Amino acid sequence: MRHMSAVVRVTQLCKQFERVVAVDRVSFEVARGSTAALLGGNGAGKTTTLSILLGLLRPTTGEVSVLGVDMLRERYRVLERINFSSPYVDLPRRLTVRENLGVYGRLYNVKNLRSRIDAVVGELGIGALMPRPYGQLSAGQKTRVTLAKALLNEPELLLLDEPTASLDPDTADYARSLIERYRARTGATILLASHNMSEVERLCDGVIMLRAGRLVDQGTPQELLQRYGRKNMEEVFIDIAREREIGLALDGKEPSS
Amino acid sequence: MTLPERIGASLQRVGALVLRHMYLLRGSWPRVLELMYWPTMQMVLWGFITVFLVNHSSWVAQASGVLISAVLLWDVLFRSQLGVALVFMEEMWSRNLGQLFVSPLRPTELVAALLTMSLIRTVIGVGGAALIAIPLFDYSIFSLGLPLIAFFVNLIIMGWAIGMIVSGIVLRYGLGAESMAWIAIFAVQPVSGVYYPVSILPEWLQWLAHALPSSYVFEGMRAVLFEHSFRVDLLVHAVLLNVVFLAVGISGFLAFFNIARTRGQLLQIGE
Repeated sequence: MRHMSAVVRVTQLCKQFERVVAVDRVSFEVARGSTAALLGGNGAGKTTTLSILLGLLRPTTGEVSVLGVDMLRERYRVLERINFSSPYVDLPRRLTVRENLGVYGRLYNVKNLRSRIDAVVGELGIGALMPRPYGQLSAGQKTRVTLAKALLNEPELLLLDEPTASLDPDTADYARSLIERYRARTGATILLASHNMSEVERLCDGVIMLRAGRLVDQGTPQELLQRYGRKNMEEVFIDIAREREIGLALDGKEPSS
Repeated sequence: MTLPERIGASLQRVGALVLRHMYLLRGSWPRVLELMYWPTMQMVLWGFITVFLVNHSSWVAQASGVLISAVLLWDVLFRSQLGVALVFMEEMWSRNLGQLFVSPLRPTELVAALLTMSLIRTVIGVGGAALIAIPLFDYSIFSLGLPLIAFFVNLIIMGWAIGMIVSGIVLRYGLGAESMAWIAIFAVQPVSGVYYPVSILPEWLQWLAHALPSSYVFEGMRAVLFEHSFRVDLLVHAVLLNVVFLAVGISGFLAFFNIARTRGQLLQIGE
């Protein structure tokens, strides 16, 4: 389905690394104000797709539009309105949290930076971490700080790579609540990659399923549960991921939209 | 966004990255000490060699500051190149490149920040050693006068150019290539005529020497010290070559950046 108000529009995206096709003719859209999940097993093409959306990786073919801007040619027009968080991409470890947020606030040209940092720090409850070097924080604290960095510019599009990976259940719940509150307050669009299916059911309006670089299905969590006759998204995920092993190829099937 | 606003935002991003590295220097006195350590050690070593040679060599006796000036100016070139490469690798070591490249920071702004930090680090490192030379050997490189500015600017630009190429190679081939940062500049040292005139090189090597801005700077330095004259012709050669060097250096870095972006290496930084 083609959303008139799509914030993310990916058309026939392909990425080939020498002989390996990491992303194969993937097309999807994410509507304004929605939260979508990019799901798939390891090597399904999620990180490659996210990297292309962020402009870190140039696709072999295809088109990517974010907030109405062609990301392959004009990404700098829109980067101040996007942000990103991943537990696998650090901030400078020797800088304190305060210094890191100050540097990134300037990079994103955030107005009234000091008060914006105070607001985000208050929202995430990381005031006590401000004077501490980022490298000395626990995994959970680091995730909260990178989330703070990701919210500094109040992004219209927030891309999250496994936002609650390595967090304890309490901190993970806190992070999910924060993402929900942020979306409710700002109307931002969120695209996340996650392996946590309860998180997907809780946060997401839409799910995009990838397998071996191809889009194999998409829909709302409720639609997918109904289509696969399953009780939860974890079972749906396993059904789709194991198609490859049991040879029930979905490749020829038109993905639902 | 209007053009002045865009320029302002761009300068703010360059400033933000410079600030990030200044925080690093401010928070670690060993880093600042390290910046001055090698230039000072080199200067002390060559200073004592000078003291010895002044009494045993007519060439050095004619201009006792020649070796100390040479070693300090050589360190301008070395520190400038190293400054660019180390500041860039700092981002790789801290796995921060992914965050930087998804921010509005443009590659050209990253280059501007790297060059600014290289300048700051070189001034701290070589400036400290130059000040120590004054009481220790009763010689001030600042006695070269205004030509010193021309020498400094030319050497720092050549160092930037080599540093950009080295950074591009490290970006493209990973941290396994980081030793390039330490060794690359020494490939040009023998043919730069740092401690001896270019004329003593074999003729075929003189051709190579004359393709390097550094050889004109060191010839110019000796002209000031021995002949008390400032050779504008040498300066013009150095400047023209540096225009080419800097253009190649920055273009090379941006080309490596584009290759890394195509091959997916901006997020997968490592050995």
